[in-house]
Amino acid sequence: MDFRDSPEEAAFRTEVREWLAENLTGEYAQVGGGAGPADDTSWDIRVEWERLLGKAGWVGMSWPEEYGGRNASIIEQVIFGEEYAKANAPSRVSFFGEGLFAPTLIEFGTEEQKKRFLPKIQLAEELWCQGYSEPNAGSDLANVQTRATLDGDEWVISGQKVWTTFAHYAAWCFAVVRTDPESTGHKGLSYMLVPMDQPGVTIAPLRQMTGSAEFNEVFFDEARTSADMVLGEVNDGWKVAMATLGFERGTAFLAQQLGFQRQLADVIAAAQERGKSDDPVLRQRLAGSYAGVQIMKYNGLRMLTNMVRKGVLGPESSIGKLYWSTWHRDMGEIALDVLGPEGALAAPSPDGEYDLNEFQRYFMFSRSETIYAGSSEIQRNILGERVLGLPREPR
Amino acid sequence: MNFAFSDEQEELRQTVRRFLEDKSPSAEVRRLMETDDGYDPDLWTQMAQQLGLQSLHIPEAYGGQGYSFIELGIVLEEMGRVLLCAPYFSTVVLAADAIMNVGTDAQQGELLPGIASGETIATLAFTEPNGKWDASGIEMEATADGDSYSLSGTKHFVLDGNVATLIVVAARTPGSEGADGVSLFAVHGDAEGLTREALTTMDQTRKQAKLEFSGVSAQLLGSEGAGWDALSKTLDQAAVAISNEMIGGAQFVLDMAVQYAKDRVQFGRPIGSFQAIKHKCADMLLEVESGKSAAYYASWAAAEDNDELPVVASLAKAYCSDAYFHAAAENIQIHGGIGFTWEHDAHLYFKRAKSSEILLGDATYHRELLAQRIGI
Repeated sequence: MDFRDSPEEAAFRTEVREWLAENLTGEYAQVGGGAGPADDTSWDIRVEWERLLGKAGWVGMSWPEEYGGRNASIIEQVIFGEEYAKANAPSRVSFFGEGLFAPTLIEFGTEEQKKRFLPKIQLAEELWCQGYSEPNAGSDLANVQTRATLDGDEWVISGQKVWTTFAHYAAWCFAVVRTDPESTGHKGLSYMLVPMDQPGVTIAPLRQMTGSAEFNEVFFDEARTSADMVLGEVNDGWKVAMATLGFERGTAFLAQQLGFQRQLADVIAAAQERGKSDDPVLRQRLAGSYAGVQIMKYNGLRMLTNMVRKGVLGPESSIGKLYWSTWHRDMGEIALDVLGPEGALAAPSPDGEYDLNEFQRYFMFSRSETIYAGSSEIQRNILGERVLGLPREPR
Repeated sequence: MNFAFSDEQEELRQTVRRFLEDKSPSAEVRRLMETDDGYDPDLWTQMAQQLGLQSLHIPEAYGGQGYSFIELGIVLEEMGRVLLCAPYFSTVVLAADAIMNVGTDAQQGELLPGIASGETIATLAFTEPNGKWDASGIEMEATADGDSYSLSGTKHFVLDGNVATLIVVAARTPGSEGADGVSLFAVHGDAEGLTREALTTMDQTRKQAKLEFSGVSAQLLGSEGAGWDALSKTLDQAAVAISNEMIGGAQFVLDMAVQYAKDRVQFGRPIGSFQAIKHKCADMLLEVESGKSAAYYASWAAAEDNDELPVVASLAKAYCSDAYFHAAAENIQIHGGIGFTWEHDAHLYFKRAKSSEILLGDATYHRELLAQRIGI
């Protein structure tokens, strides 16, 4: 047990730090890492920055060298994420492409597919979105009803996806669609890659309780993609889709934890500025929140060590999503309570639009976090069934 | 970066687990908890002679093995798992750490070898009838009496105070207040003027005593007035140690609850297939795993003796206290009626969880301490 860097780790950390110090300047330095995973503020600058990262080999750093990667180890990825967060570098625009699709592509894709897509992900020339949820396929994802049928050398896709983050910026969508019309449940599904810029695809922004619209509805009305745009076998896409969800946990946890730590520091500072930090009840909640965000780091480091040493995730990894989303929701509630009466007023907006201040944004966005990427209830089922071995629900 | 136990440490865990499963099954816990002394002297000797548990983290120069707090944490986690009835926490954690933190080389050479060999049972007497865990709770005065000191007053809630042969006592210079003027003293268990009263404890697996001092002659440890820093550090180390012990118990009750949820059939299926039960177990798992992360990290900080220790000690004590109590309470709920009986072990863990939560200050106390320590 040792939490210090080895000499190699320290050298890599220095390399990352130096690159960031040299490149994170001007406009890039002003963007900041505050944007949540579905937040599109300063989008164009963030895309430019992503290209710069890609050219320097920081996008896809875990990929094999033949695809432009650095073969970076898990620890190196974590160190990069940590330094990136510490430097308050811009929120990444390529979570869906680099973070979710690329690792799935490397595991399941053909050589041709990898060569076609990876370089464009690395240079942020093509952004991706995730076509999983549908109006009747939320927690019960296997109830996907979007259908694709083969017409000559093209798939023809019809159906509706929802909660599609950044669909309006994406060039491509990786979607779970039903290719066997006779099938139900997780059989007969395929993992299909669909170009977004075509007449058969309509994107409608979905306005949330926050007033903004980062998510979308995506309608496929006889949209087309070529026959070879399936990852893995046709009708066997469920396992590919599940693998993608596995990557959702990934190695970004330390960066996320540092972001949360920064938010909590702001909440504590606000409590102190407002003379509220003497209140014994608030002190309890702030200290509890602090303990929570530190334990998030300790949990993550245990998970990481298990990944490095045994190549598998231990039980502590499955608690991650449930843990951080619950913690962040609670912190958002504390933040609003710190604001007091101010919290009841929307943020001043020059154009008179409904807008939120930073604390209100934590408070409200965190309500989505206990729902997306597997709701807390689904997470508890996973923990109960896969980690503790409890019997499944009757289905 | 590496947050895992080494192979040797895992081996230590397995050795201690096998030993304790053999020597401290439920029947033995129940036998000992009904006794006044609350431990088995033969087992205490075996712990020292066969496994060297009492000498684990005492420096080699004083008859110990020189291991770190990480190994000590592992041993305590295993002891918490089986509710071992023994004066280990009082002797090896509270008393030995206090002596190591405050004693001169000569005093450590005098007092530690007996603890390491298992001959000495020791404890730390710092709490009083006022029930406070901080410096303001120390009201007992020590008056200089030539080369020696004389102690008068009452120490309360003293772990294993009825069986300890060596008692480390916190007292203050007359007229001093708060952290100033606190000193630590060594007193023999059967010193003249010392009256010991064994108390009946809610958690019968851990004994307490009330000690009345009436002009008891005491040996000053270290220098006069330098006691609070050493005691405060001892309490941080003890908070780390008890966190590890608690999380061992918490994992055990989680295992009990999950097993029962798989076995117990109602409405024609195992109750663990119902989300109402499954989700309780999932929440327990989250808290137990998080508690482990906190306790293990705190062990590392204690082993390194670094600046993080005060913060992570309170952090771990607060989190693990809540996690253990919650798990022990849910275990009873999941067991239903059988979990409320004297016959079932669930209540032993429930009571140990509560007594451990109270010991050294509860979660609320430690969250406040944490707030202060991070500058809120």
